[in-house]
Amino acid sequence: MNRRAFLKSAAGAGALAAAGALATPAVSQRAATRVLRLVPHADVANFDPIWSSAYIARNAGLLVWDTLYGVDAKLEVQRQMVEAEEVSADGLVWTFRLREALRFHDGEPVRATDAVASINRWAARDPMGQMIKAIENELTALDDRTFRWSLKKPYPKMLLALGKIVTPCCFVMPARIAATDPFKQINEYVGSGPMRFIKSEWTPGAKAVFEKFDGYVPRPEPASWLAGGKEIVADRVEWITIADPATAAAALQNGEVDWLEQPLPDLVPALRKNRNVTVDVQDRLGNIGTLFFNHLFPPFNDVRARRAILMAMNQADYMRAYVGDDNMWKPLPGFFTPGTPLYTEEGGEILKGPRDIDAAKRLLAESGYAGEPIISMAAQDLAHHKAWGEVTADLLRRLGINVEHAGLDWGTVVARRAQKSPPSQGGWHIFHTTFYGVDFLDPTNKLLRANGDKAFFGWPNIPEVEAEVAAWYDAKTIDDEKRIAQRLNKAALDHAIFAPLGAYLRYYAWRKNVTGIAPGPLPFFWGVAKMV
Amino acid sequence: MLSYIIRRIVATVPVMVVVALFVFSLLYIAPGDPAAVIAGDQATPDDVARIRMSLGLDRPFLIRFGEWFWQILHGDLGTSIFTNLPVAALIAQRAEPTLSLMAVTLTLAVCVAVPIGVVAAWRADTLIDRVIMAFAVLGFSVPVFVVGYLLAYVFALELDWLPVQGYTPISEGLWPWFQNLILPAVALGCVYIALIARITRATMLEVLQQDYIRTARAKGVGQTGILFVHALKNAAVPIVTVIGIGVALLIGGAVVTETVFAIPGIGRLTVDAILRRDYPVIQGIVLMFSFLYVLVNLAIDLLYTVLDPRIRY
Repeated sequence: MNRRAFLKSAAGAGALAAAGALATPAVSQRAATRVLRLVPHADVANFDPIWSSAYIARNAGLLVWDTLYGVDAKLEVQRQMVEAEEVSADGLVWTFRLREALRFHDGEPVRATDAVASINRWAARDPMGQMIKAIENELTALDDRTFRWSLKKPYPKMLLALGKIVTPCCFVMPARIAATDPFKQINEYVGSGPMRFIKSEWTPGAKAVFEKFDGYVPRPEPASWLAGGKEIVADRVEWITIADPATAAAALQNGEVDWLEQPLPDLVPALRKNRNVTVDVQDRLGNIGTLFFNHLFPPFNDVRARRAILMAMNQADYMRAYVGDDNMWKPLPGFFTPGTPLYTEEGGEILKGPRDIDAAKRLLAESGYAGEPIISMAAQDLAHHKAWGEVTADLLRRLGINVEHAGLDWGTVVARRAQKSPPSQGGWHIFHTTFYGVDFLDPTNKLLRANGDKAFFGWPNIPEVEAEVAAWYDAKTIDDEKRIAQRLNKAALDHAIFAPLGAYLRYYAWRKNVTGIAPGPLPFFWGVAKMV
Repeated sequence: MLSYIIRRIVATVPVMVVVALFVFSLLYIAPGDPAAVIAGDQATPDDVARIRMSLGLDRPFLIRFGEWFWQILHGDLGTSIFTNLPVAALIAQRAEPTLSLMAVTLTLAVCVAVPIGVVAAWRADTLIDRVIMAFAVLGFSVPVFVVGYLLAYVFALELDWLPVQGYTPISEGLWPWFQNLILPAVALGCVYIALIARITRATMLEVLQQDYIRTARAKGVGQTGILFVHALKNAAVPIVTVIGIGVALLIGGAVVTETVFAIPGIGRLTVDAILRRDYPVIQGIVLMFSFLYVLVNLAIDLLYTVLDPRIRY
């Protein structure tokens, strides 16, 4: 190619580029006013919020399906799809009436039979649902808008069960979809929520698309978390999966996406410097780091060994390793979320004050620990788990424990933690994970259960803890609940069912032209608008 | 020739069977459990066990392998455990971004690497040669993700010339499509350029010592003609071989590049499937890539006969 030919082809390429550049913005600008792009904390790999209790399935599910009740930002349960409920004087018969004119995305009306079928599917997978099912007489639709749930004994937490935010939520699906085995995935994504899922545009691992559902009937009250009128401003919401946090932060700075659900704390200073980006706390209830023990095998089948770890651990080490900023975390000498009604530090002395490594060593020796390898698992593909795993490895070494730090991927951790085999034969001693603060508002989560084989991984079997959990379910007043929570917290810490690593806050980051983002444990799209 | 091609294609069948058995066995013994990932962090061990049973993951190895292999024989790669979508559809959905990335990278690499390799050989042991080879060493040494981040920082964040991430299908316009591929292709192409440039230089140096080159010079053929007509054609066989081998390099590199630039390609699909233990997807992708690699090698072998008429099959 000679110089002239080269210049000709370069000019041609330039013209092509210019043509593209001229053609593109019209499309982009038009789209920009209507499309809101979120980078969620994980990929929407499956879309059945009952089949999977993963947070991402619930978060996406809340756009598509509505719930009978919903918890608001004040942590109070409000009516959502239900217009009114009535409970008999003896507390045994609940009658629910659905709101008028509710419709599914396929145009069919929401009927009481849909609610009944959905409750049945949800109850098979949810601990509260299972409790109600265990005392159920009958759950039946009376007419198109009314259904009745009659019980053998009162269940004071009924409305919380139907409106809680902890996964799985009681989503209402058409009866034909809700008839799916709760342990099998649904194939149709038809709900009565404020947005429709556009399956044809779904690229698992890359993009999930939702479009505003014009037939949605919002409640008249202002939206607040799962409750109130879920008015959607954007015509279209795209969830863009960006696995690499640095790329996600760069995409936000460049205006390619509008909202990051969980920017990496290390990248927050860079985001703050960008004049087009706002960074703020995601949820004042924050998150709770946790370290679980395997209660089945030595040394952690002995409470002294578990308490030795609690006695020696410094929550500040864990929090600083991941969170960094001291304003973004606080110690947590208990199991309930700070700032919520049931929060208590009863029994939490073991996690407070100067750490006593020598006393912990003595306690560990009393437990009979004889130098066998202790397998501590931490997912290396999750920044917080990785950081905490390293802090634990250091702690265990300082205690004279022969630690085998198992740095795995999350997929291996979740598989291995389900193994009840001895640690030397593919089992484990310790693993780390994290939960939302909203999961620890009360004992409805599975993590505070200590009922052996039925308990969360680690399988604690501690009747004192179970007795307090059962008492909480029967409590009728908040004062009763608080008293029980104190006893429960103490029993759980005395027996060290697991170790809280601290409470910490996460950030949201969004473009300044996006308004209406409300703090909360998950991205709520109601009222969120994007300015041109 | 035709019988050779048919023989080679038929020979891929046992290769694919071995690959299928190997991949299935490897995944069977690998740690991990898709049921546990699906169940989520709030699930109890009971939930995990029930999901595992509903997915049929509790059945014996031979039964599972037999069923999967029977599906493959019927042209069905199975269904993703997580998304409930057919594996073939998932791969088809992701094929365009990856093939686009590979095509642009390959074109870029060949267009840059071959000329600079030729120039380095022509100016062997001069400053030009050393600079080119220094760049080649750099291209080998710097990981793809580092180059990727640097490019994104400079050209997307600082200069705002190109997008940071994503992919636009070619159906939405040539420039939007190309725009999204420039940075990933340059990042991925660095190693490839270095590899091809070095092999081009080495082969050209050898060819340039041959008697027929001296004869061409004596006949008054110009330098460009000697380099690109006489020498390069005779040096082409090893270069084409390296380009073929490099396809495997590209496939591996695409995994990292697609992650850094959030391109929804097969590389990213592979990583996601591995992290979730989505066995049918992993098996489908490995089978597809194995087949692709066998085909690329066949194409390279056939290309030899074009480049060197002495080679006959």
